Amino acid sequence: MTTILKVDGLKKRFGGNEAVSNVSFDVNEGECVVLAGDNGAGKSTVIKMISGVYQPTAGQVHFNDTVLTGKSPEAVRSLGIETIYQDLALADNLDPGLNLYLGREKTRRILGISFLDRKEMQRNAVEVMKSLGIVVPDPSAPVREMSGGQRQAIAIARAIHWQAKLVIMDEPTAALGVPEQREVMALIERLKKKGVGIILISHNLPDIFAAADRIIVLARGVVAGERKPSETNDEEIVRMMMGATL
Amino acid sequence: MKSLLNAWSWLFLVLILGFFEIYAQTQTGNTFLFRIYNIQSISVAASQILLLALGLTLVIVAGHIDLSIAFTTGFAAVAMALVIRFVGPEAGWFTVILAMGVGLLAAIIVGLVNGWLVAQLNVPSFIGTLGTYGIARGAALIVAGGATVSIRSDEARVLGNGHILGIPIPVVAAVVLAIICHYVLTHTRFGVHTYALGASRASVERAGVDVKRHLVYLFVISAITAGVGGLIYTSRFSAGAANAGEPILLYAVAAVFIGGASLTGGQGTIIGTVIGAFIIAVIQFGLVFCGLPPYWQFVAVGLVIIVAVLVDQSKGRLVGGST
Ligand SMILES: Nc1ncnc2c1ncn2[C@@H]1O[C@H](COP(=O)(O)OP(=O)(O)OP(=O)(O)O)[C@@H](O)[C@H]1O
Ligand SMILES: [Mg+2]
Repeated sequence: MTTILKVDGLKKRFGGNEAVSNVSFDVNEGECVVLAGDNGAGKSTVIKMISGVYQPTAGQVHFNDTVLTGKSPEAVRSLGIETIYQDLALADNLDPGLNLYLGREKTRRILGISFLDRKEMQRNAVEVMKSLGIVVPDPSAPVREMSGGQRQAIAIARAIHWQAKLVIMDEPTAALGVPEQREVMALIERLKKKGVGIILISHNLPDIFAAADRIIVLARGVVAGERKPSETNDEEIVRMMMGATL
Repeated sequence: MKSLLNAWSWLFLVLILGFFEIYAQTQTGNTFLFRIYNIQSISVAASQILLLALGLTLVIVAGHIDLSIAFTTGFAAVAMALVIRFVGPEAGWFTVILAMGVGLLAAIIVGLVNGWLVAQLNVPSFIGTLGTYGIARGAALIVAGGATVSIRSDEARVLGNGHILGIPIPVVAAVVLAIICHYVLTHTRFGVHTYALGASRASVERAGVDVKRHLVYLFVISAITAGVGGLIYTSRFSAGAANAGEPILLYAVAAVFIGGASLTGGQGTIIGTVIGAFIIAVIQFGLVFCGLPPYWQFVAVGLVIIVAVLVDQSKGRLVGGST
């Protein structure tokens, strides 16, 4: 297995508050790494330092052979790291195609004038969604009319369509009902099969054990431990989250 | 759903046209609808409203508002009139075109200030453009010396009152701008980003779009269409007035909302706004046609605005929409 992401000694200070003190871990191709930890443990801060939203106070992130540290969110994205935030950042009033292509829309020329190619974008969106096992009932309807799981799928489809090699998800199931949570877990399985590396943040123990190849527990800004799901259990993970050391 | 909303406005337009036609037939034995003069008058009134409402539609779709257009129109009208007056009565086509350029420039300055306030300083657009509403009003009155700047220019009069293929030039100008705005809003990336901005600023930001620049463009477009309204005013009446756009602001805002836009942003179309402008123009002209004192039009337009908002809300309830 090849390592695609190397997180090395990340530290982040906000004023006097050290949100992340020392976090290191790797992510391999086609692997799902779960970041677990109590509220305020520093999970979101870590992934924001990967996606370029925050710059670390110390430490570095390597993606394949590139140093990510110092790059803007757009630059990180264009290298193939897609971050799906909890609010999804979809434009609810637009169809799945336009959401898939937002910022990189397809156009075609008619008599020298450029027009959006809505049909083509819709077709491609339907196709990518199909590869995720999701049928889009009406490709021209705004995504507001879709279920929470389907909307999550659009965000994931965006990652697949633009050939992300690493997908970061911050609590993707937090706002969803039980059937939709299952949908999202199935989507994560399909992403893994495509060889995409995944960093998943979750509070939900069953989800963590279902999705993870490795579980990294953060407590108060440091890595409290790293386990394979087969070598641990709920109790131990919770104990590590609460701050008991290895 | 967007089309459903347009269907409502179409229906409403047809209903009021039908109402005035029946009224005309039964009360006067004449036709309301099938007289060139009536159609021209309604079209010119609608085009006046439209020139302010077109750019405003883009701003409102993006989830903002531009109140300053009322006096952007006046500022452009006065600026154009001053240039023509400065050159004198022998002002030829060159002067008129130069004057129009200066008028548009005056409008664009207001748009740039709006964009800077909203995009760079994060001032809410309602407050920011209310501020520039006052500033543009003051600036227009100051440069006009507190009065209407009358001009004598045959060229300008031709522009304001002439016809192309039987269609009044102000109407032609509004149609051309409407087509451009429609193209921009529905067929370009800029248009998609405008809708997306109205739904979720984060969606556009994370897509790598420069939202600040986008906002500046929107307010400049709004200023340009309102500015063209001012140029046409000066040409039609051979005078530039600081308050040229003031009475139209309410109608322009109303046209956009009647046309299916929502205060929260993310929806609205140019076609809807065009229908909205016609609905208001028909009411304005129709009430006078019926012999009612012209003040009734304010009441009628006010009622239509409220009805439009109620339709918008019930639609939100029906589909569990964005409210
Ligand atoms: N922009 C910021 N400015 C100041 N402090 C911050 C900022 N972002 C995060 N923090 C602080 O850093 C710490 C870690 O926050 P973070 O959001 O990373 O936690 P988390 O593990 O994602 O928690 P949760 O599970 O609640 O999402 C918290 O104490 C938080 O208050
Ligand atoms: Mg968090």
